[in-house]
Amino acid sequence: MILLIIIGMSVVTMLPRVIPTFIVDKLQFKDWVNRWLNAIPYAALGALIFPGILSVNADKPHIGLVGGLVAVILAYIGLNVIFVVIGAIVSVFLLTML
Amino acid sequence: METVSKNKQTTSSSALRIKRGLAVGFPIMLGYIPIAITYGVLAKQAGLSLTELTLMSVLVFAGASQFMGANMIALGAGAVEIIIATFVLNFRHFVMSLSFMNRLRTVDLKWKIPLSLGLTDETFAVSSLHPKEAKEDKGFLFYSALTLIAYLSWVVGSFLGGVLGEVIPEKLSQSMGIALYAMFIGLLIPSVKKELRVGFIAIIAMLINVICLQFMSSGWAIVAGTVLGGLSGLFILKEERA
Repeated sequence: MILLIIIGMSVVTMLPRVIPTFIVDKLQFKDWVNRWLNAIPYAALGALIFPGILSVNADKPHIGLVGGLVAVILAYIGLNVIFVVIGAIVSVFLLTML
Repeated sequence: METVSKNKQTTSSSALRIKRGLAVGFPIMLGYIPIAITYGVLAKQAGLSLTELTLMSVLVFAGASQFMGANMIALGAGAVEIIIATFVLNFRHFVMSLSFMNRLRTVDLKWKIPLSLGLTDETFAVSSLHPKEAKEDKGFLFYSALTLIAYLSWVVGSFLGGVLGEVIPEKLSQSMGIALYAMFIGLLIPSVKKELRVGFIAIIAMLINVICLQFMSSGWAIVAGTVLGGLSGLFILKEERA
């Protein structure tokens, strides 16, 4: 039964990922569609970051928010993504210890 | 003689692409391993065997869906219910894949198919913010390397979680929960610094996501935020961007 669930989950996660490959292979898009698709990464990042970040610690939403702010600052001063990630982890860890 | 040196050049440029891909994929690995371990622990507790929980990572490769799936299995939900919920939660990858594949138009289909199957929020975000490689010779090696390192860390991490149980102290693993968000921020900010308008697209997407969450599941809310936020880009980004 669990195997059946896993295979079903596999199919419904693979299809949305792979179908666009064939769509793009067959179709040429109008200019506005290309521009829309080029804006998607930034929109996706926005939608993925917020409000999800508040649930890093579900009881204390401010912890995720502070971790996010630390990440913003570290990224703004131009640090590599790895250090942005480590800095945010450390700050959230310190906040949970308090 | 000339062909030899040319061959050498292609090998070294291929190696360089792979190396760059691994370096750029490293933060994803950093974010995935603790989350994958947590998934392994939870899935084990939910009653999945080590083989089943690892197989799920191999075949599904979608963090949020796997957490939800394991959870629903533990709650005794039906197969159809779990599969539909997974579809809804992961439908956003359709939009992301459409965007990413549109950038990879020049790449061979036999490379694009595995790349699309390895698409997650994280591999998409990192790949999309490195658009330059899509135009380079053998650029697909760069994307393949970063996707593969993400995939392997996810699978290995899940397995480790299933074997070792609670290896990471809870406070630390909870702090690791910020890792992927921090990575998203670390990817977004440099683009905003380069072009402020990009930040408005992200903020509009956030707001749409928040509004939609009031009356739909988080899966659809992210889809709405991404699609509509992206549409705002038509007005915000006037000219065609490279």
